[in-house]
Amino acid sequence: MAGVQVANVSRSFGAHKALDDVSIDFADGGFYALLGPSGSGKTTLLRQIAGFDFPDAGRIAIGGESVERVPVEKRRIGMVFQNYALFPNMSAADNVAFGLSVRGEPKATIAAEVQRALDLVQLGKLGTRRPHQLSGGQRQRVALARAIVTKPRVLLLDEPLGALDKALRVDMQIELKRIQREIGITTIFVTHDQEEALTMSDRIGILRDGRLVQEGPPEEIYDRPQSEFAATFLGDANIFRGDATGAGIRLPDGTAIAAGAGAKLAAGAKASCAVRPERIQISTIAKGHDQVDTNMLKGQVSKRIFAGNNSTYFVDRDGQTLKVIVQNTGAERLAEGQEVVLLWSPESTVLIAA
Amino acid sequence: MADQLATGSRRGLKPALPLLLPAYLWLTVAIFLPLSAMVFFSFMTDLPLAEKEWAFTLGNYTAFFSQGLYLTLLLASLRLGLEVTLWCVVIGYPAAYVLAKVLKGRSREAIFLLIILPFWSNGLVRIFSWAMVLREGGILDTTLNAVLPFKINIDLMYSYPAVIIGLVHSYVPYMVLTCYLTLQAIDDSLIEAGRSLGASRFQVLKRVIIPLSMPGLIAGAALIFVPVVGSFMEPRILGGRTGTFYGTIIEDQFVAVFNWPLGAALSFILLAVVLIILALAAPVLRRAG
Repeated sequence: MAGVQVANVSRSFGAHKALDDVSIDFADGGFYALLGPSGSGKTTLLRQIAGFDFPDAGRIAIGGESVERVPVEKRRIGMVFQNYALFPNMSAADNVAFGLSVRGEPKATIAAEVQRALDLVQLGKLGTRRPHQLSGGQRQRVALARAIVTKPRVLLLDEPLGALDKALRVDMQIELKRIQREIGITTIFVTHDQEEALTMSDRIGILRDGRLVQEGPPEEIYDRPQSEFAATFLGDANIFRGDATGAGIRLPDGTAIAAGAGAKLAAGAKASCAVRPERIQISTIAKGHDQVDTNMLKGQVSKRIFAGNNSTYFVDRDGQTLKVIVQNTGAERLAEGQEVVLLWSPESTVLIAA
Repeated sequence: MADQLATGSRRGLKPALPLLLPAYLWLTVAIFLPLSAMVFFSFMTDLPLAEKEWAFTLGNYTAFFSQGLYLTLLLASLRLGLEVTLWCVVIGYPAAYVLAKVLKGRSREAIFLLIILPFWSNGLVRIFSWAMVLREGGILDTTLNAVLPFKINIDLMYSYPAVIIGLVHSYVPYMVLTCYLTLQAIDDSLIEAGRSLGASRFQVLKRVIIPLSMPGLIAGAALIFVPVVGSFMEPRILGGRTGTFYGTIIEDQFVAVFNWPLGAALSFILLAVVLIILALAAPVLRRAG
């Protein structure tokens, strides 16, 4: 097992820059999500690490060894494809055995290893089935067993859960995480699903238009997004735009918003603030608030969406619609059209350079 | 499930009848009737024409077994069929692979067109143009001698290789087309999956691509082998005296000797042999696929 270093990697297809000077350090044994919208370059990056395609510039190292010109079959990686890519002419067990068998391992070793891998993904009894006789989730497990049975240095997953339905996805997320922990393999996981990235990975890299936007542990990216894109792509965020004041921003209508987190910006620069919907308290005007160190805005509820364990309020304020998520604690629910006060602490407010 | 399917298809037959009828009518008129007539002829002593005397006989069939020549020629034709099929695989499969997996867009269309072209040209013209190329002092001979510093004589005309060349040229598009269809249906990610597991390109070809494209290879081989065994035009024109095969003997019975009953009997023996070969090969090929 080994870490992966990607340093200043660029790749263009004609005039299109699919990857533009991307550098990421994937720690040994970590679970890493590459997150981004389609066309962001996340799959291109994964294919560079796998060796299906070579970068125009930059360096890729697996376990400290430069591999950017090494073809895929010599990189000792394991890969799970979006459509699983199981060989339809072979049984599940033969699919899993493929990597060991092309290496020329003895038959007895292969049989034992294949059984262990199938047991690990809890498919011990289905080895004789052909891929078309397996369900989506089972195919997924076979693909995973096939990818890890060769003891690769790094496991690459290209949207592996994309083709599964919601309930199965959650099961597989837990399962994938369990298996990854059990064998401790460095795992790089491409997804466009932010929830998947948040729940599964130790670190997330957000890509956009071939560039790395932000990189770090999920909590850090969620709590301290460094760009409006990172703030809105990973989770929901209310964005306020205005001029930096040194302690926050001033909105065009003169309202000051204090920000206790994020970038340090000189007064006068264009800047934004991001606030997560669940960090805002919403209450009726009648109660009255006057804390000095709390951000406060007045508005009117334009819509309420009840989702069982929580409700989302859409609050109109000076031409902007803010989102507030309130846990269902049994407290009185606010009606649409009601005048409300929104309160949140500066610590929940992230200052972002425009 | 099976019951459902069965009743479903029975219910489906009635409305399908008007759609099937033209095809079956045509097959009856164009194939079944003439073929029945031929079966009938093959058991006659002579054609029932011009007030000739005729009677039923098995003589046309026993002639095949009593005269060694027919068996020898049949074996020669089977060998010709095998060799031509083999060359079509060797030439056609790589071409189909490149078309399906390497080329994209306009270059694929262009190459495809070039491969289909023999289909659109007249068979006879095709064969005679090969005659122009292969004969001594022909295009191949002249070109090679113009390029090479030493003198060589290329006279492939009226030889076994000439027959092979002509037949391969005529039939290779079948192999390219059937293999292209199966190869193109193989997801590229299977090739990538194989390589990510450490398999070389050759191992992926051997263990994934060839097994998955076996149906195309088999279909192509059957489409080529069967007509080549009975072929007569290419052997006659390009093979000259060496070009006597089972197909040319049958043609002789109909065109030159005017012994239709013998020609018909020889045809049905060929049909039977080909069917037996295909039946014997089917389980082996199915397992390979």
